[in-house]
Amino acid sequence: MKHIKETIMKFLFFLTACVSIAAVILICIFLFTNGVPAIKEIGIFKFLLGTTWKPANNLYGIFPMIIGSLYVTAGALFIGVPIGILTAVFMAHFCPKPIYKPMKFAIHLMAGIPSVVYGFFGLVILVPFMREMFGGRGMSVLTASVLLGLMILPTIISISEASIRAVPKSYYEGGIALGASHERSVFLTILPAAKSGIFSSVVLGIGRAVGETMAVMMVAGNQAVIPESITSGVRTLTTNIVLEMGYSTDLHREALIGTAVVLFVFILMINLSLSLVKRKVK
Amino acid sequence: MVKILSKKWRRYKHDPKSLLLFLLVCLAACITMIALLFIIVYILIKGIPHLTPELFDIKYTSKNVSLLPALINTLFITVLSLFFAVPVGISAAIYLAEYAQRGNKLVHIIGLTTETLSGIPSIIYGLFGSLFFVKYLGFGLSLLSGACTLSIMILPLIIRTTQEALKNVPDSYREGSFGLGAGKLRTIFSIVLPCAIPGILSGVILGIGRIVGESAALIFTAGTVAEVVSNMFSSARTLSVHMYAISGEGLYINQTYATAVVLLIVVILINALSNFIAKKIGGGKVEI
Repeated sequence: MKHIKETIMKFLFFLTACVSIAAVILICIFLFTNGVPAIKEIGIFKFLLGTTWKPANNLYGIFPMIIGSLYVTAGALFIGVPIGILTAVFMAHFCPKPIYKPMKFAIHLMAGIPSVVYGFFGLVILVPFMREMFGGRGMSVLTASVLLGLMILPTIISISEASIRAVPKSYYEGGIALGASHERSVFLTILPAAKSGIFSSVVLGIGRAVGETMAVMMVAGNQAVIPESITSGVRTLTTNIVLEMGYSTDLHREALIGTAVVLFVFILMINLSLSLVKRKVK
Repeated sequence: MVKILSKKWRRYKHDPKSLLLFLLVCLAACITMIALLFIIVYILIKGIPHLTPELFDIKYTSKNVSLLPALINTLFITVLSLFFAVPVGISAAIYLAEYAQRGNKLVHIIGLTTETLSGIPSIIYGLFGSLFFVKYLGFGLSLLSGACTLSIMILPLIIRTTQEALKNVPDSYREGSFGLGAGKLRTIFSIVLPCAIPGILSGVILGIGRIVGESAALIFTAGTVAEVVSNMFSSARTLSVHMYAISGEGLYINQTYATAVVLLIVVILINALSNFIAKKIGGGKVEI
C-alpha cells in the first residue's frame, strides 16, 4: 500500500514537472498555427521586409517595427550596459559596508517597479525633457532608449555582480601583490574573469528590452515608419501588437499574431545564445 | 578619516588612471541610485496629495476614477494565479530536486523549457492567453483567463526558487529521516519541505510582485472592466491595467499619480517582505 502511494506521488510530481514543457509546446502551437498562415498569405519577404504597415490598405510590412525594436534595444544597451556593469563593480568591490544593504534593496526594488509606472514616469518627465532639449514631440527612439536603459539596469547589475563576486579572490590578490592599485586589479584581473557572466547579464538585458511593451508604448510615439533619426518616433514589435490587437479582425489580426511569431523567434534565439554561453562556461 | 583620504590621494596622484576608474565606478552607482530615488520621490510627491477618499470608493465612475475595484481585482487575480501556480511549481521543483537523476535527458529538457518560459515577454503570454484561454477554451475575457495566463508566467520563478530552497536543505536531514525508517514521501513532506519554506515563500512573494506589476499580459486576457468582479468569468482590470487605462485618457493625470503611489507602495511592501523572509533564513536572496 505504502509502495503504491509513493509511486503515485512520484508520478504526480513528474507530471507537474512536465507542465512547463506542455506550456512551451502550447505557446508554440497556438502562436504558429495562428500566425504562420497569415505570414504565408502576405508572403514572408513582403511581411518581413515590407516597409509599409497600412492594415486599411492590406499592406502588412513589419520591417519598420523590426528596425524599431533593434534601434530601441541598441539604445537601451548603450545606456544600460556601461552604467550597469560599473554599478555592479561598485557593489562588489567599492561599496562601503553600511550602504551595501540599502543599495541591494534598491536594486531589487528597481526590478520590481511595474513597467506602467516606468512608462508613466517617462511620459511625465522624460518626454517633456526631450521635447525641450531636441524639439519635436519628445516621443522618440532616444526617449524609449533612455527609459529602457533604466529598466534593464537591475537585471544587468544583479547578474553581473553575482558573477564578479564568483571570481576567486586569489585573482585580485595576485594583482595587488604585483603592485597594481585596487582599481587596476579589479578592472584588469577580476572583470576579464567574470566576462561570461557579465555577457549573459547583457543578453538577459537584451531579452528584457526587446520584450518590454507598456513602457515603450507610452514614450515611443508609435509611428509605424522607419525612424529617420534618434529624435523621431518609433514603433516596436511589441507595441505594434498591443496598439492594434484590440480592434483588429481577420488578416490584420493574424498579421499581428505573425508579429508575435517574429518576436517569439527573436526571443528564442536570444535564449539559445544564452544557454550556449552558459554551456561554454561549464 | 582625513589621514586615510590624504593617503589615498597621494596614491591616486601617481596613478591618474586608477583615479579615473574609481570616479567612473562611483558615478555609475550614483546615476543608478539617483534615477531610482528620483522616480520614487517624484511620484510620491506628486501623488500623495491626490490620494483622496473618493479614489477609494467601492464603485468606479468616470467622475471619481476610483482605484479600489482594481485593487480588489488585483487581490483576486493574485490569489487565483497563486492557487494554480504554487502547487504545480512546488511539486515540479520537488521532482527536479528530489527525484530526478542527474544527466537525465528529460530533466534537461524541463530545465530548458523553464528557462525559455522565464524569457518570454509578457505580451506574448497575453497573446497566447487570448488565443488559448479566452478563445480556444472559451473562458472569455475574464478573471480566470488572466489568472491562468499569469500562473504560467510565474511558474518558472516558483520552480526555480523552490528548487534552490530544496537544494539548500542539507542532505544529512534526509539521511536522518531515512535512517529512522521514513519513506521518501514522508521525508519530503515532513522534513525537507518545512525547512525550505522560507525560501519558497520568498519566491512566492516575488511572484506576487510580478502579478501586481503585470499589465501587457492582462489587457487581452482579463480585459479592462473597472468593476469588482462578480464571478470568475467576469472581466476585471487590475491596478496596473487601471493605471495604464487612465494614463492614456489624459484627463486623470492626478489620479494616475495617486494610483502610481499605491502601486509603488505595494511593490515596496512586497520587496521588503521578501527581503525580510530571505534574511530570516540567512541564505542569499534569489537573483531575479
